[in-house]
Amino acid sequence: MDSVTSDPAESVGAEADPRPPLRASADNGLKIVVVGGFGAGKTTLVRSVSEIRPLSTEETMTRAGEAVDDVSAVRDKNATTVAFDFGRITLDARNVLYLFGAPGQERFWFLWDRLFTGALGAVVLVDTRRLDDSWYAIDRLERHGTPFVVARNDFGGPDFAPQAIRDALDLDPDVPLVHCDARARNSSKRVLIALVEHAKHRYRRSYDAQVPALTEESPR
Amino acid sequence: MNGQGGQPGNRPGRDDSPDRLYTLTGGRSRSAPDNPFDLVTLVVAECDPVPGMQSEHAAILRLAERPTAVVEVAAVLRLPVGITKVLLADLLAAGRVSARHPRRTAVTDPDILEQVLVGLRNL
Repeated sequence: MDSVTSDPAESVGAEADPRPPLRASADNGLKIVVVGGFGAGKTTLVRSVSEIRPLSTEETMTRAGEAVDDVSAVRDKNATTVAFDFGRITLDARNVLYLFGAPGQERFWFLWDRLFTGALGAVVLVDTRRLDDSWYAIDRLERHGTPFVVARNDFGGPDFAPQAIRDALDLDPDVPLVHCDARARNSSKRVLIALVEHAKHRYRRSYDAQVPALTEESPR
Repeated sequence: MNGQGGQPGNRPGRDDSPDRLYTLTGGRSRSAPDNPFDLVTLVVAECDPVPGMQSEHAAILRLAERPTAVVEVAAVLRLPVGITKVLLADLLAAGRVSARHPRRTAVTDPDILEQVLVGLRNL
Protein backbone atom coordinates (compact mmCIF):
# COMPACT_ATOMS: atom_id res chain seq x y z
CA MET A 1 0.00 0.00 0.00
CA ASP A 2 0.93 3.60 -0.18
CA SER A 3 1.93 4.86 3.22
CA VAL A 4 -0.12 3.14 5.87
CA THR A 5 0.26 -0.52 5.15
CA SER A 6 -1.62 -2.10 7.97
CA ASP A 7 -4.70 -1.30 9.91
CA PRO A 8 -3.56 0.85 12.83
CA ALA A 9 -6.61 -0.19 14.80
CA GLU A 10 -5.04 -3.63 14.94
CA SER A 11 -1.74 -2.35 16.19
CA VAL A 12 -0.88 -3.54 19.62
CA GLY A 13 -0.18 -1.28 22.54
CA ALA A 14 2.54 -1.88 25.07
CA GLU A 15 -0.02 -3.05 27.58
CA ALA A 16 -1.27 -6.07 25.64
CA ASP A 17 1.76 -7.07 23.67
CA PRO A 18 1.43 -10.55 22.22
CA ARG A 19 4.81 -10.70 20.56
CA PRO A 20 6.83 -13.73 21.55
CA PRO A 21 10.02 -12.41 23.12
CA LEU A 22 13.36 -12.98 21.46
CA ARG A 23 15.80 -15.35 23.04
CA ALA A 24 18.11 -13.78 25.58
CA SER A 25 21.04 -14.84 23.39
CA ALA A 26 19.81 -12.93 20.31
CA ASP A 27 22.53 -10.48 19.30
CA ASN A 28 22.49 -9.97 15.55
CA GLY A 29 19.61 -8.31 13.73
CA LEU A 30 19.45 -8.76 9.96
CA LYS A 31 17.29 -7.03 7.38
CA ILE A 32 15.56 -8.01 4.19
CA VAL A 33 13.36 -5.45 2.46
CA VAL A 34 10.30 -6.37 0.41
CA VAL A 35 9.47 -3.60 -2.04
CA GLY A 36 6.56 -3.41 -4.37
CA GLY A 37 3.77 -1.27 -5.68
CA PHE A 38 0.37 -0.72 -4.16
CA GLY A 39 -1.36 -4.03 -3.54
CA ALA A 40 1.53 -6.17 -4.74
CA GLY A 41 1.29 -8.28 -1.60
CA LYS A 42 4.20 -7.02 0.50
CA THR A 43 2.38 -7.27 3.81
CA THR A 44 0.93 -10.61 2.80
CA LEU A 45 4.39 -12.01 2.19
CA VAL A 46 5.74 -10.62 5.45
CA ARG A 47 2.78 -12.00 7.36
CA SER A 48 3.06 -15.47 5.85
CA VAL A 49 6.57 -16.06 7.20
CA SER A 50 6.72 -13.81 10.26
CA GLU A 51 6.60 -15.15 13.81
CA ILE A 52 4.81 -11.97 14.90
CA ARG A 53 1.79 -10.30 13.40
CA PRO A 54 3.22 -7.58 11.18
CA LEU A 55 3.68 -4.28 12.98
CA SER A 56 3.79 -0.88 11.41
CA THR A 57 5.93 2.13 12.11
CA GLU A 58 7.10 5.21 10.32
CA GLU A 59 9.99 7.54 9.72
CA THR A 60 10.01 11.14 8.66
CA MET A 61 12.68 12.62 6.46
CA THR A 62 13.41 16.00 5.03
CA ARG A 63 14.12 16.39 1.36
CA ALA A 64 17.73 16.84 2.31
CA GLY A 65 17.69 13.26 3.47
CA GLU A 66 17.98 13.92 7.17
CA ALA A 67 15.81 12.06 9.56
CA VAL A 68 13.52 14.29 11.47
CA ASP A 69 14.54 14.11 15.06
CA ASP A 70 14.24 17.86 14.97
CA VAL A 71 10.62 18.70 15.48
CA SER A 72 10.79 21.98 13.66
CA ALA A 73 11.27 20.01 10.49
CA VAL A 74 8.16 17.94 11.10
CA ARG A 75 6.21 20.99 10.15
CA ASP A 76 8.40 21.60 7.18
CA LYS A 77 6.51 21.13 3.97
CA ASN A 78 9.51 19.31 2.62
CA ALA A 79 9.27 16.58 5.25
CA THR A 80 7.99 13.27 4.01
CA THR A 81 6.69 10.49 6.18
CA VAL A 82 6.85 6.91 5.08
CA ALA A 83 5.19 4.07 6.94
CA PHE A 84 6.40 0.54 6.64
CA ASP A 85 5.42 -2.87 7.97
CA PHE A 86 7.71 -5.43 9.38
CA GLY A 87 7.78 -8.93 10.72
CA ARG A 88 10.48 -11.09 12.21
CA ILE A 89 11.93 -14.56 11.94
CA THR A 90 14.16 -16.03 14.63
CA LEU A 91 16.79 -17.91 12.64
CA ASP A 92 18.86 -19.39 15.45
CA ALA A 93 20.09 -18.58 18.94
CA ARG A 94 21.80 -15.38 17.78
CA ASN A 95 20.45 -14.27 14.42
CA VAL A 96 17.08 -12.57 14.02
CA LEU A 97 15.85 -11.62 10.57
CA TYR A 98 13.56 -8.63 10.17
CA LEU A 99 11.46 -8.38 7.05
CA PHE A 100 10.37 -4.93 6.01
CA GLY A 101 7.54 -4.28 3.59
CA ALA A 102 8.06 -0.92 2.01
CA PRO A 103 6.44 1.06 -0.78
CA GLY A 104 8.48 1.24 -3.95
CA GLN A 105 7.62 4.68 -5.14
CA GLU A 106 10.01 7.53 -5.38
CA ARG A 107 9.54 9.23 -2.04
CA PHE A 108 10.30 6.03 -0.20
CA TRP A 109 13.87 6.03 -1.43
CA PHE A 110 14.73 9.01 0.72
CA LEU A 111 14.57 6.54 3.54
CA TRP A 112 16.63 3.78 2.05
CA ASP A 113 20.05 4.85 3.23
CA ARG A 114 18.76 5.76 6.62
CA LEU A 115 16.69 2.69 7.36
CA PHE A 116 17.78 -0.13 5.15
CA THR A 117 21.47 0.28 4.82
CA GLY A 118 23.11 -3.01 5.64
CA ALA A 119 20.16 -5.06 4.35
CA LEU A 120 21.07 -8.52 3.10
CA GLY A 121 19.04 -7.74 0.04
CA ALA A 122 15.61 -6.97 -1.34
CA VAL A 123 12.67 -8.81 -2.80
CA VAL A 124 10.88 -6.90 -5.54
CA LEU A 125 7.35 -8.21 -5.48
CA VAL A 126 5.61 -7.72 -8.79
CA ASP A 127 2.07 -8.02 -9.98
CA THR A 128 2.17 -8.90 -13.69
CA ARG A 129 -0.84 -6.67 -14.29
CA ARG A 130 1.22 -3.70 -13.11
CA LEU A 131 4.80 -4.40 -14.02
CA ASP A 132 5.57 -0.74 -14.50
CA ASP A 133 5.11 -0.26 -10.74
CA SER A 134 8.42 -2.07 -10.29
CA TRP A 135 10.64 -0.24 -12.75
CA TYR A 136 11.65 2.46 -10.37
CA ALA A 137 12.51 0.07 -7.52
CA ILE A 138 14.57 -2.17 -9.79
CA ASP A 139 16.47 0.78 -11.15
CA ARG A 140 17.27 2.06 -7.67
CA LEU A 141 18.37 -1.32 -6.38
CA GLU A 142 20.65 -1.84 -9.37
CA ARG A 143 22.26 1.55 -8.88
CA HIS A 144 22.57 0.94 -5.18
CA GLY A 145 24.28 -2.40 -5.73
CA THR A 146 21.83 -4.16 -3.43
CA PRO A 147 21.31 -7.86 -4.21
CA PHE A 148 17.70 -8.49 -5.14
CA VAL A 149 15.36 -11.04 -6.62
CA VAL A 150 12.14 -10.39 -8.46
CA ALA A 151 9.20 -12.41 -7.17
CA ARG A 152 6.13 -12.59 -9.32
CA ASN A 153 3.18 -12.88 -6.96
CA ASP A 154 0.51 -15.15 -8.37
CA PHE A 155 -2.74 -13.25 -8.46
CA GLY A 156 -4.23 -15.46 -11.12
CA GLY A 157 -3.57 -12.78 -13.68
CA PRO A 158 -2.19 -13.36 -17.16
CA ASP A 159 0.43 -16.07 -17.14
CA PHE A 160 3.37 -14.40 -18.83
CA ALA A 161 6.37 -16.47 -19.75
CA PRO A 162 9.32 -15.70 -17.48
CA GLN A 163 11.25 -14.31 -20.42
CA ALA A 164 8.42 -11.93 -21.22
CA ILE A 165 8.54 -10.63 -17.65
CA ARG A 166 12.32 -10.32 -17.81
CA ASP A 167 12.06 -8.38 -21.04
CA ALA A 168 9.32 -6.11 -19.71
CA LEU A 169 11.40 -5.34 -16.61
CA ASP A 170 14.68 -5.21 -18.52
CA LEU A 171 16.13 -7.54 -15.91
CA ASP A 172 19.80 -8.36 -15.82
CA PRO A 173 20.21 -12.08 -16.61
CA ASP A 174 21.89 -12.59 -13.23
CA VAL A 175 18.85 -11.45 -11.27
CA PRO A 176 16.69 -14.40 -10.22
CA LEU A 177 13.03 -14.27 -11.20
CA VAL A 178 10.89 -16.50 -9.01
CA HIS A 179 7.23 -17.28 -8.90
CA CYS A 180 5.42 -17.13 -5.58
CA ASP A 181 2.17 -17.15 -3.77
CA ALA A 182 2.76 -14.60 -1.04
CA ARG A 183 -0.05 -16.07 1.03
CA ALA A 184 1.74 -19.40 1.36
CA ARG A 185 4.43 -19.69 3.98
CA ASN A 186 6.50 -22.20 2.05
CA SER A 187 6.34 -20.14 -1.09
CA SER A 188 7.42 -16.96 0.68
CA LYS A 189 10.14 -18.89 2.44
CA ARG A 190 11.47 -20.06 -0.95
CA VAL A 191 11.60 -16.46 -2.14
CA LEU A 192 13.75 -15.50 0.84
CA ILE A 193 16.02 -18.48 0.32
CA ALA A 194 16.41 -17.55 -3.35
CA LEU A 195 17.43 -14.04 -2.31
CA VAL A 196 20.00 -15.11 0.25
CA GLU A 197 21.50 -17.69 -2.13
CA HIS A 198 21.73 -14.99 -4.77
CA ALA A 199 23.43 -12.60 -2.34
CA LYS A 200 25.88 -15.30 -1.31
CA HIS A 201 26.81 -16.10 -4.90
CA ARG A 202 27.12 -12.46 -5.79
CA TYR A 203 29.41 -11.61 -2.94
CA ARG A 204 31.51 -14.68 -3.59
CA ARG A 205 31.90 -13.55 -7.21
CA SER A 206 32.78 -10.01 -6.26
CA TYR A 207 35.22 -11.28 -3.67
CA ASP A 208 36.89 -13.54 -6.20
CA ALA A 209 37.06 -10.65 -8.62
CA GLN A 210 38.64 -8.38 -6.03
CA VAL A 211 41.38 -10.67 -4.86
CA PRO A 212 43.70 -10.20 -7.85
CA ALA A 213 42.96 -6.48 -7.87
CA LEU A 214 44.20 -6.12 -4.32
CA THR A 215 47.71 -6.91 -5.39
CA GLU A 216 47.67 -3.95 -7.73
CA GLU A 217 47.39 -0.34 -6.84
CA SER A 218 44.05 0.16 -5.17
CA PRO A 219 41.88 2.95 -6.56
CA ARG A 220 40.61 3.55 -3.04
CA MET B 1 5.81 25.52 19.05
CA ASN B 2 2.24 26.02 17.98
CA GLY B 3 2.33 25.16 14.34
CA GLN B 4 -0.48 23.21 12.82
CA GLY B 5 0.57 21.48 9.65
CA GLY B 6 2.85 18.66 8.78
CA GLN B 7 1.75 16.22 11.39
CA PRO B 8 3.36 12.92 10.60
CA GLY B 9 1.16 9.95 10.27
CA ASN B 10 -2.30 11.16 11.21
CA ARG B 11 -3.34 7.72 12.14
CA PRO B 12 -6.15 6.97 14.50
CA GLY B 13 -4.88 6.25 17.97
CA ARG B 14 -1.69 8.17 17.42
CA ASP B 15 -0.83 11.30 19.27
CA ASP B 16 2.39 12.26 17.63
CA SER B 17 1.93 15.96 17.21
CA PRO B 18 5.17 17.88 16.89
CA ASP B 19 4.55 19.33 20.33
CA ARG B 20 4.41 15.90 21.91
CA LEU B 21 7.56 14.85 20.10
CA TYR B 22 9.26 18.04 21.25
CA THR B 23 8.39 17.20 24.83
CA LEU B 24 9.61 13.64 24.51
CA THR B 25 13.03 14.55 23.31
CA GLY B 26 13.41 17.70 25.38
CA GLY B 27 13.44 19.64 22.13
CA ARG B 28 16.81 18.33 21.11
CA SER B 29 17.66 18.63 17.52
CA ARG B 30 18.57 15.74 15.33
CA SER B 31 20.95 13.18 16.61
CA ALA B 32 21.00 11.40 13.30
CA PRO B 33 24.62 11.47 12.18
CA ASP B 34 26.14 9.99 15.29
CA ASN B 35 23.20 8.08 16.68
CA PRO B 36 24.49 4.53 16.89
CA PHE B 37 21.16 2.74 16.64
CA ASP B 38 20.19 0.76 13.59
CA LEU B 39 16.59 -0.27 12.93
CA VAL B 40 17.53 -3.77 14.01
CA THR B 41 19.88 -2.99 16.86
CA LEU B 42 18.71 -5.18 19.72
CA VAL B 43 18.18 -3.24 22.92
CA VAL B 44 18.35 -4.87 26.33
CA ALA B 45 17.26 -3.21 29.57
CA GLU B 46 19.97 -3.10 32.20
CA CYS B 47 17.71 -1.94 35.03
CA ASP B 48 14.08 -1.69 36.04
CA PRO B 49 12.05 1.46 35.57
CA VAL B 50 12.29 3.80 38.54
CA PRO B 51 9.65 6.18 39.88
CA GLY B 52 9.76 9.59 38.29
CA MET B 53 11.33 8.33 35.10
CA GLN B 54 9.95 9.72 31.84
CA SER B 55 7.10 7.39 30.93
CA GLU B 56 8.54 6.52 27.51
CA HIS B 57 11.87 5.62 29.08
CA ALA B 58 10.06 3.40 31.57
CA ALA B 59 8.05 1.80 28.77
CA ILE B 60 11.24 1.03 26.84
CA LEU B 61 12.83 -0.61 29.89
CA ARG B 62 9.77 -2.80 30.34
CA LEU B 63 9.70 -3.72 26.65
CA ALA B 64 13.38 -4.53 26.54
CA GLU B 65 13.56 -7.00 29.41
CA ARG B 66 14.40 -9.39 26.60
CA PRO B 67 16.31 -8.24 23.52
CA THR B 68 14.03 -6.00 21.45
CA ALA B 69 14.81 -4.38 18.12
CA VAL B 70 14.68 -0.60 17.79
CA VAL B 71 11.95 -0.92 15.18
CA GLU B 72 9.82 -2.99 17.54
CA VAL B 73 10.24 -0.40 20.27
CA ALA B 74 9.11 2.30 17.82
CA ALA B 75 6.10 0.30 16.63
CA VAL B 76 4.89 -0.73 20.06
CA LEU B 77 5.31 2.75 21.52
CA ARG B 78 3.85 4.23 18.32
CA LEU B 79 6.68 6.67 17.88
CA PRO B 80 8.59 7.57 14.73
CA VAL B 81 11.88 5.72 14.46
CA GLY B 82 13.96 8.90 14.73
CA ILE B 83 12.36 9.93 18.02
CA THR B 84 12.73 6.41 19.37
CA LYS B 85 16.45 6.54 18.64
CA VAL B 86 16.80 9.77 20.59
CA LEU B 87 15.10 8.21 23.59
CA LEU B 88 17.27 5.11 23.31
CA ALA B 89 20.43 7.19 23.11
CA ASP B 90 19.45 8.80 26.42
CA LEU B 91 19.00 5.42 28.05
CA LEU B 92 22.23 4.11 26.59
CA ALA B 93 24.19 7.13 27.83
CA ALA B 94 22.73 6.58 31.30
CA GLY B 95 23.73 2.92 31.23
CA ARG B 96 20.10 1.85 31.52
CA VAL B 97 20.11 -0.16 28.32
CA SER B 98 22.77 -1.97 26.38
CA ALA B 99 22.77 -2.22 22.60
CA ARG B 100 23.63 -5.23 20.44
CA HIS B 101 24.33 -3.69 17.07
CA PRO B 102 24.07 -5.68 13.86
CA ARG B 103 27.39 -7.00 12.67
CA ARG B 104 28.36 -4.66 9.88
CA THR B 105 30.06 -7.34 7.86
CA ALA B 106 27.07 -9.68 8.00
CA VAL B 107 25.87 -8.70 4.56
CA THR B 108 28.92 -10.00 2.83
CA ASP B 109 30.03 -12.61 5.36
CA PRO B 110 29.53 -16.05 3.78
CA ASP B 111 29.31 -17.67 7.21
CA ILE B 112 26.47 -15.42 8.31
CA LEU B 113 24.69 -15.83 4.98
CA GLU B 114 24.98 -19.58 5.39
CA GLN B 115 23.51 -19.32 8.91
CA VAL B 116 20.61 -17.32 7.46
CA LEU B 117 20.03 -20.01 4.82
CA VAL B 118 20.06 -22.77 7.41
CA GLY B 119 17.63 -20.81 9.58
CA LEU B 120 15.28 -20.18 6.67
CA ARG B 121 15.34 -23.77 5.49
CA ASN B 122 14.48 -24.93 9.00
CA LEU B 123 11.39 -22.74 9.17
